Amino acid sequence: MTGAQPSNSGRRRFFARAAAAAGLVLAPGVVLLTTKAKAAATGPRWGLLIDLNKCPIDCSECVTACNDENGLKGHGRPLTDAQWIRKVDVRDPASKREWSVPVMCQHCEHPPCVDVCPTGASFQRDDGIVLVDKHICIGCRYCMMACPYKARSFIHEDLTDQKPHAPRGKGTVESCTLCVHRIDAGGQPACVERCQGIATGAMTFGDLNDPDSAIARRVATYATRRIRDDLGLAPGVYYQGL
Amino acid sequence: MAGIRPFLTKVIVVLAMTILAETGVNAEETGVPHPVIAKGKGDQCVADTAFMRRNHMRVLDHQRDDTVHAGERAGKFSLKGCLDCHAVEGTDTRPVSFDSPQHFCRTCHDFAAVQVDCFSCHASRPGEKPTARFRHDGGDLTARLREAVK
Repeated sequence: MTGAQPSNSGRRRFFARAAAAAGLVLAPGVVLLTTKAKAAATGPRWGLLIDLNKCPIDCSECVTACNDENGLKGHGRPLTDAQWIRKVDVRDPASKREWSVPVMCQHCEHPPCVDVCPTGASFQRDDGIVLVDKHICIGCRYCMMACPYKARSFIHEDLTDQKPHAPRGKGTVESCTLCVHRIDAGGQPACVERCQGIATGAMTFGDLNDPDSAIARRVATYATRRIRDDLGLAPGVYYQGL
Repeated sequence: MAGIRPFLTKVIVVLAMTILAETGVNAEETGVPHPVIAKGKGDQCVADTAFMRRNHMRVLDHQRDDTVHAGERAGKFSLKGCLDCHAVEGTDTRPVSFDSPQHFCRTCHDFAAVQVDCFSCHASRPGEKPTARFRHDGGDLTARLREAVK
């Protein structure tokens, strides 16, 4: 039984590879579907590391930077206004220590929002960024129910003057995109840039798959935690000093 | 009665032409009024004009999927590209938004009575260029990160 296992799995791998290469072959020369092999294993996996020891309670520069970059404007209704990052104040009753934790979409490796989406609008890019394709979103808000981080917002009202790089509109769900337009241009998210530029430099952005990147080295060196890691979602946002 | 009818027809035709001329609509040789389309920047569009007139919605749709899902942003059929070239300047020297009938997309779409849904989410005019402080600089970023962990 144990002897049969390796050859069996080898055969499975062969079929998987053959299927990935050829897609669904209906007849010789007639192919219904070709799938691109997922690049996640070799490509980047973008992540954030937030050092809470350097994150003051009264600083919300990351939130402001996010709002500026993506054109988020509130209607003065905090319960329903869109928020892509929020600062969550926490306190340890035993030690009386207080933190303020910036919480945004955690860009999970196994995102529950993608699992529950009935239309396929909620999806994960090959580099691990979780996004909403608003062309497909029907605004059902299942993903908002599924997200344990309360990261997503629904747009209730007509919007005007959106940013060209951040289309947003009524009737769709949205959340932190990790500033995907900047990443695709070789940059880093606006919150990280602001934090390193004029705030305390608590945030680090980079490729978790690249062992030489700053973020991967810091995650490998220091004690870090991910929020609700027990859920097994493998978020891409790490916290130091949580 | 028989004498007045050709006269009335002439009056109506002259009136109609005056109205059309004033609203900026050409009566071409075919007699079909065409919308006045603002000329874009540069010598020519990313593709042949006839092709773009017929297929712009298809190429935009196709490229949007590549951009949203695969992050491919270099394609030539981008909505942002359209708006950058075809921005129509308003009275306040800012490009007009889709609210204005002069907007490049609206001139045709109003004429053809085809609704455009793009601009309920997308910006309908070119945005300001990013300021120097918040520009993307990938190479510099790596150096700064290296410096940060030293």
